[in-house]
Amino acid sequence: MSLEVPSDQGLATYNFAYLDEQTKRMIRRAILKAIAIPGYQVPFASREMPMPYGWGTGGVQVTASIIGPKDVLKVIDQGADDTTNAVSIRAFFQKVASVAVTTHTKDATVIQTRHRIPEQTLSEGQVLVYQVPIPEPLRFLEPRETETRKMHALEEYGLMHVKLYEDIAHNGRISKTYAYPVKVAGRYVMDPSPTPKFDNPKMHMSDALQLFGAGREKRIYAIPPHTEVVSLDFEDHPFEIQRFDKPCALCGAEDVYLDEVILDDRGGRMFVCSDTDHCEERRDQGHAGELLARQEAAE
Amino acid sequence: MSEAPLLKVNAVSKFYGQRIGCKEVSFDLWPGEVLAIVGESGSGKTTLLNCISTRLMPTTGSVEYSMRDGSVRDLYHMGEAERRFLMRTDWGFVHQNPADGLRMTVSAGANVGERLMAVGNRHYGDIRTTALDWLTRVEIGTDRIDDAPRAFSGGMRQRLQIARNLVTGPRLVFMDEPTGGLDVSVQARLLDLVRGLVNDLGLAAIIVTHDLAVARLLSHRMMVMKEGHVIEQGLTDRVLDDPREPYTQLLVSSILQV
Repeated sequence: MSLEVPSDQGLATYNFAYLDEQTKRMIRRAILKAIAIPGYQVPFASREMPMPYGWGTGGVQVTASIIGPKDVLKVIDQGADDTTNAVSIRAFFQKVASVAVTTHTKDATVIQTRHRIPEQTLSEGQVLVYQVPIPEPLRFLEPRETETRKMHALEEYGLMHVKLYEDIAHNGRISKTYAYPVKVAGRYVMDPSPTPKFDNPKMHMSDALQLFGAGREKRIYAIPPHTEVVSLDFEDHPFEIQRFDKPCALCGAEDVYLDEVILDDRGGRMFVCSDTDHCEERRDQGHAGELLARQEAAE
Repeated sequence: MSEAPLLKVNAVSKFYGQRIGCKEVSFDLWPGEVLAIVGESGSGKTTLLNCISTRLMPTTGSVEYSMRDGSVRDLYHMGEAERRFLMRTDWGFVHQNPADGLRMTVSAGANVGERLMAVGNRHYGDIRTTALDWLTRVEIGTDRIDDAPRAFSGGMRQRLQIARNLVTGPRLVFMDEPTGGLDVSVQARLLDLVRGLVNDLGLAAIIVTHDLAVARLLSHRMMVMKEGHVIEQGLTDRVLDDPREPYTQLLVSSILQV
């Protein structure tokens, strides 16, 4: 053990971006392999992170391995920049990598996300890092890992459609709304992590690099830029995304994914953008939704 | 029957360490022929069936199969992908316990449709129509299509398993004690159904059973196994009416008469 820590900074100084260089090297190799085989789950030696499994240990390891001192980081949780998970991961990287952080999608070079893809179209050079709880799309249909690996290897994906068939048989339509399975580059079936299926079309032919890290399950997979991503469906029951009756109550945006917010205990509620940055930006531009307009009128 | 055999089994042996599973078994199976393998439990019937159906790798021997395109392939030298494809399109495997062959948590319709989806059928309406058709053919009420097999009786499960296997129009079906665990009247109905389907579809089948009555009713030819060896084979009626080996005589004479 060499003590290269300057004594005046004390022992609290970490290696850049928390992980040691050997670990980053190992994870980068897994990432490179994942990019080379789009949609394929690459096993990697996931490390213990200073947060519980389920809080994004996979995503944090991927981010820590790819982030550099000049990067600008954005962290979102369910689309929001200000929820616990997002705030603590952002603070973590400020502390261990002292990188610049932002809430603006277009300014960020690395975006770590849980459950959403930003509304603003991502551009070339940006990297989207997903936190993945269960990377195996076939897991709840086939519990044996040996068998699911074989199914991926031999491209036996009939079972995935059995699940969709069951949905239609029981509910009259494909009722899966999140973690909706996709086929990447015409080969591997992949779980896009628990993002709403609303976001599936955004993965298709995206200009940004998309990396998926599952810490507990020890898997990394990726969608390189400009890759075909197709949501599975039936010819007579095509894939559809969610539609909302009303636009965002604050910024009036249509064609965005909305969250329901309970306002009082008398049934009052509103639907607002789940992407907080997108919502704020629109309000700054002067757009106003139903509720915001009313509030201003009251003032 | 056509002139070329569908399946040629050459000296297949399977050893479990020192013990013999089955030894030096050879036979030919022609298209549309039903072969019964009989013997007491532990005689190697199921080991042999698993070896032939490539669910188990034999220690020595080879099995040649004549594919739909007319080429003859050695099953043990095929790639796994090709073999698994063969198993879910051109073959069927009916397990003794329906729970082994069915997906117990998904509906009957999905069970029948799984093979269709596995070979690339992506039209829900078509899959459903085919599933309904097959449920009717195996005498399961069409109103049960969305029920899980857990809600089915033993006989219904077994019939569902047969439908699931036959939906892709296989040419060869393996059956491991298809009537085991069913009561006598349900057995009779199932046998009737299987006999009808085999006749209608011109299926070749290999049926493993310890029940000579099943062999008598379904098979054209039978093989008697004892301690891993085939001790006698021939036309079913010949073997049952005129058994040559002492062991076969014992088997035939121990059929219960009511």
